[in-house]
Amino acid sequence: MQINVSINGKKAAYEIDNNEFLADTLRRHGMLSIRKGCNTSNCGLCTVWIDGKPVLSCSLLAIKADGKSITTIEGVQHQAEEFARILVEGGADQCGFCSPGFIMTVLAMKNELKNPSEEDIIHYLTGNLCRCTGYMGQLRAVKKYMGVE
Amino acid sequence: MFTMISLVQPATLDEAYDVLMKSKNNTILGGCGYLRMGSKRISTGIELTKLNLNYISEKDGFVEIGAYATLRDLETSPILNKHFNGVIEKAVAGIIGVQFRSMVTAGATVFSKYGFSDPLTALLALDCDVELFKGGRMPLEDFLSRPFEKDILVRILLKSNGRKAVYKNFRNAASDYSILNVSVSRLDDDFRIVAGARPSTARIAKKASALISGKFLQSPPDEALISEAAKLAQEELNFGTNMRGTKEYREELCRVLVKRAIEEVLECK
Amino acid sequence: MKIVGKAIPKIDGLAITTGKPVYTEDLSTKDALVIKILRSPHAFAKITSIDVSKAQQVEGVECVLTYKDVPDARFTLAGQSYPEPSPYDRLILDQIVRYAGDEVAIIAAVDEKTALLAMKLIKVEYEVFEPVLDFEKSIGSSTVVHPEDDLHCNFDMGMEKGKNIVARQHIEYGNLEEEFKNCDVVVEETWYTQATAQSMMETHRSFSYLDHAGRLVVICSTQVPFHVKRMLSIALKLPSNKIRVIKPRIGGGFGAKQTACTEIFPALVTIKTGKPALIVQDRTETFMASTTRHAMRVKVKMGADKEGFIKVIDIHGLSDTGAYGEHGSTTVGLVASKTLPLYNKTKAIRFMAEVVYTNKTPGGAFRGYGATQGTFAVESTINKLAEKLSMDPSEIRLKNIIKEGENSLYHYDQMLGSTALHKCIDTGKKMIGWDSKYPRTVLGKNKVRAVGMAITMQGSGIEKVDMASAEVRLNDDGNYTLLIGSTDNGTGSDTIHAQMAAEVLEAGMDNITVLSADTDVSPFDPGSYASSGTYVTGMAVVKASEELKRKIVDSGAKLLDVPAENTEFCGDSVKVLNKDRSISIRTIAEKSVLGGMKNQLSGFASYGSPVSPPPFVAGFAEVEVDLETGKYDLIDYVAVADCGTIINSNLARIQLEGGIVQGIGMAMYEDVHYDYKGRLQTNSFMQYKIPSRRDVKQVRTAFEESYEPTGPFGAKSIGEVVINTPPPAIAHAVYNATGVWVSHLPITPEKVFMGMNR
Repeated sequence: MQINVSINGKKAAYEIDNNEFLADTLRRHGMLSIRKGCNTSNCGLCTVWIDGKPVLSCSLLAIKADGKSITTIEGVQHQAEEFARILVEGGADQCGFCSPGFIMTVLAMKNELKNPSEEDIIHYLTGNLCRCTGYMGQLRAVKKYMGVE
Repeated sequence: MFTMISLVQPATLDEAYDVLMKSKNNTILGGCGYLRMGSKRISTGIELTKLNLNYISEKDGFVEIGAYATLRDLETSPILNKHFNGVIEKAVAGIIGVQFRSMVTAGATVFSKYGFSDPLTALLALDCDVELFKGGRMPLEDFLSRPFEKDILVRILLKSNGRKAVYKNFRNAASDYSILNVSVSRLDDDFRIVAGARPSTARIAKKASALISGKFLQSPPDEALISEAAKLAQEELNFGTNMRGTKEYREELCRVLVKRAIEEVLECK
Repeated sequence: MKIVGKAIPKIDGLAITTGKPVYTEDLSTKDALVIKILRSPHAFAKITSIDVSKAQQVEGVECVLTYKDVPDARFTLAGQSYPEPSPYDRLILDQIVRYAGDEVAIIAAVDEKTALLAMKLIKVEYEVFEPVLDFEKSIGSSTVVHPEDDLHCNFDMGMEKGKNIVARQHIEYGNLEEEFKNCDVVVEETWYTQATAQSMMETHRSFSYLDHAGRLVVICSTQVPFHVKRMLSIALKLPSNKIRVIKPRIGGGFGAKQTACTEIFPALVTIKTGKPALIVQDRTETFMASTTRHAMRVKVKMGADKEGFIKVIDIHGLSDTGAYGEHGSTTVGLVASKTLPLYNKTKAIRFMAEVVYTNKTPGGAFRGYGATQGTFAVESTINKLAEKLSMDPSEIRLKNIIKEGENSLYHYDQMLGSTALHKCIDTGKKMIGWDSKYPRTVLGKNKVRAVGMAITMQGSGIEKVDMASAEVRLNDDGNYTLLIGSTDNGTGSDTIHAQMAAEVLEAGMDNITVLSADTDVSPFDPGSYASSGTYVTGMAVVKASEELKRKIVDSGAKLLDVPAENTEFCGDSVKVLNKDRSISIRTIAEKSVLGGMKNQLSGFASYGSPVSPPPFVAGFAEVEVDLETGKYDLIDYVAVADCGTIINSNLARIQLEGGIVQGIGMAMYEDVHYDYKGRLQTNSFMQYKIPSRRDVKQVRTAFEESYEPTGPFGAKSIGEVVINTPPPAIAHAVYNATGVWVSHLPITPEKVFMGMNR
């Protein structure tokens, strides 16, 4: 079957299997920033935006993306780099494998929450796991990025 | 990983139901969060996006939740947050993460009667009906006790009657399944005590609820009565052992959580 | 110092965070065969028949391999220096399967869907044996995990495979019986640490192909490329120089990738078919079929005089190495070697241990590598001892720990080169408010807060064994290339090595290009384990840079036509002393590749150390316990580390924070769990809970720098020591709050509750 999507601002038609998940579709079409860190929807590494909202591309049947606009980190490079620089400046990049999914969630949070508290930030980002940093460095970077004390 | 031979997106409920009943292995697809962890063999998957069931609205004294409303929709709904002491938000907020909750549907959560479910416990403490396409409308409690029957859950209805509810859950790691969850609600002198993730599905502790409700008219419940009700709830419900906790521990937790939930609901304005 | 010690950003930081395709799977080719593995559902069984004919006939299937199709030489998957102290107890595919998840067949097909379809068509019949799952019942069990005759050990490790014993250890100094008699206080306790899973975000994966010269190239997510090369050579019976192993960017390891779980499969398929091949383990496979931390039982008996001087320590360890013995004999030693030297007032010490096989996922390398298990047992016993003596636990440690220049019974001939552990303890106490909070504060009828502490040491490389080399080359454009074999797991070792070279050569980070972890290009390096990167490879980098600097000065002097003693190195030039004459490095470089000078300059050095200077951490935990349920919140954790000179302030801090959180996971949530048939139940992040953002309230860190004379710029290591303190510190805090010693990790609310209500 075929789905018609807008991917990072461009129109595209993808041939898909009916039991294919979006993460595999996207990787097949060159968006290699999408990583699969688990197979139980727990880790958040595969986070993309559907119509601007963060979802797990590993758990979204590709057919459900039909007619929607999909955004991956490849499509928001400028914003992503702005936050990525802060992460890297603090050494909180480490292995980087969780970063694209994490950054997509941070950027979505910035769009959705106005004046979040530290607790709001932690709550929003809970679905993004990291094994390297212990989360402290990531929180420092997010607070700096969002201008939160 | 599950396998699926074909997929349809019907335009009407009738169409959806026809396809569902055509073959034993035809299945309604929700958010697929739980589905992708198993290895079910599906003949035709029935995807309901075209039915526009992803709404939360108020009508005729009920809050209506469409089957395709996501847990994130429930969490952030200004309508739901106005009612029931915001208990629905509290019940779903701790589940995995924002992205996950944006995909898992209320309909699938309720229809599947998951033992580990957090929102099911809170819903059962409220005055909740479910509407099935074929089975019609019935109280959630009835639906939960019926044997499995193929059907489509269309919407969940909560009577917006001023009932206040409190939700308590107990987990070790913050984004783990609950070891136990409890919800206690109150409408005037009517209390309802529910425990879930026992590890089995949420159930009302009827005797304990009756105890508190009955005594309430005489005098506000004191510590002794609350403890008695909590103990009764633990005795009348069944608990089990799994990787996360033993039966004995769950029984202890039930007493503590029910006690605390009753104390808290008494303080709700 | 200009660059060492500073918060230099990682050289790969921006690319990896913004999703650039620089990891193993991204580098595989589109036409690569996809490999899937059929795995045993039984914990212990023999394959009595296997029929792959239907699977082979599926369109798109390239080959299906069984135990009948693979070389029959046993080897080890362990990434250790040769000759490995690991039993050669593996075959690529064996007729006997020894744990649920053990490999049964290799399927290579054009895509994943086809491979999985073919897998379903393989018919296997097993003769199922009774597995041995309880490591305390393994010795002498009627189930013998490795009955085969062709199992081979490079050394005598004390193996008695008929009894399921892989290795034994016995170290003893002094007269224990005598010393115990003279002690005023004796404490004896048995502690259990659970198996835990490394859980790095990138699972195991490898990609292989044949290059233009017919050589096998393997691109893999590994910590040990040189060991992988050798292992493939042995397992495939292929000359080692026909193999090239490359480590690209990888998504973490923490020790998991010191065992080569996947490399052999695409390599075998590529050899057999001539085609590129890729294997990517999914998360379930990585949980089930890679490695875990060794579960251990550690008995500690400790005696002290009434002043609190610890006179004798007796440790007995039992370690569960699962179905294969890769890291079994080496991890167990650290239970003692990274605990006993801390307390050097002892007059007698003993360490005895057995390592046993069971039919479970093999034990492997995981940050701490035995020291974590030993630290939990010894530190918890010290905390018990302190209480029995009515001494503050920080005081008993300050009294007993080793000081600079002192030796210990364990390292009799070695003087400790550097330590700031006393300062770490003092600083940590201040930060957490130890004096006002120890032991507990009652907040209400059912709420108590309490604090606990632990200290730990690790090593920096393996003394007398680890050796790394480095080369620094001056290129024709005046810039440098640094060639090293150390494998950056994401920790930033590439970056800190560039910092070291830049510091010596007085250059900028932009002037140094790092080429690492390619066995064709890099000088030999054991890889990133045993915390060797900063210390061992780092020293090689420093020495190589110094050699190059001397050569640059010599060349410059020649070109300036003055003796070398009359010149000085100025970073961007070589200058004549007291004269206004100089020649730029750029010019030296250009001339070095022209006919005139015809001498390209490079520095090369190898380094191995006779010592493994320990880094130290003092850890402090504060908990708030709900006495009605046993649930406790970890409201604060303070960790103060001495890793010698800090090379990169950001990266050191993140290592400490990250390691503490992994230790918190081990203390509170993580637990590898099997069912009664030996099947792994914790095979997903849904069941195996690593800490999430909401689980960790606050981790505060600080450093007390000592100066290690044998280390580059005075540095030691930090990679592993950071994980060890949380389990004993948290156990201690929970005890202080509730009176319950949880001696079997993890410390769950239920265990606390049951302890209070028994």
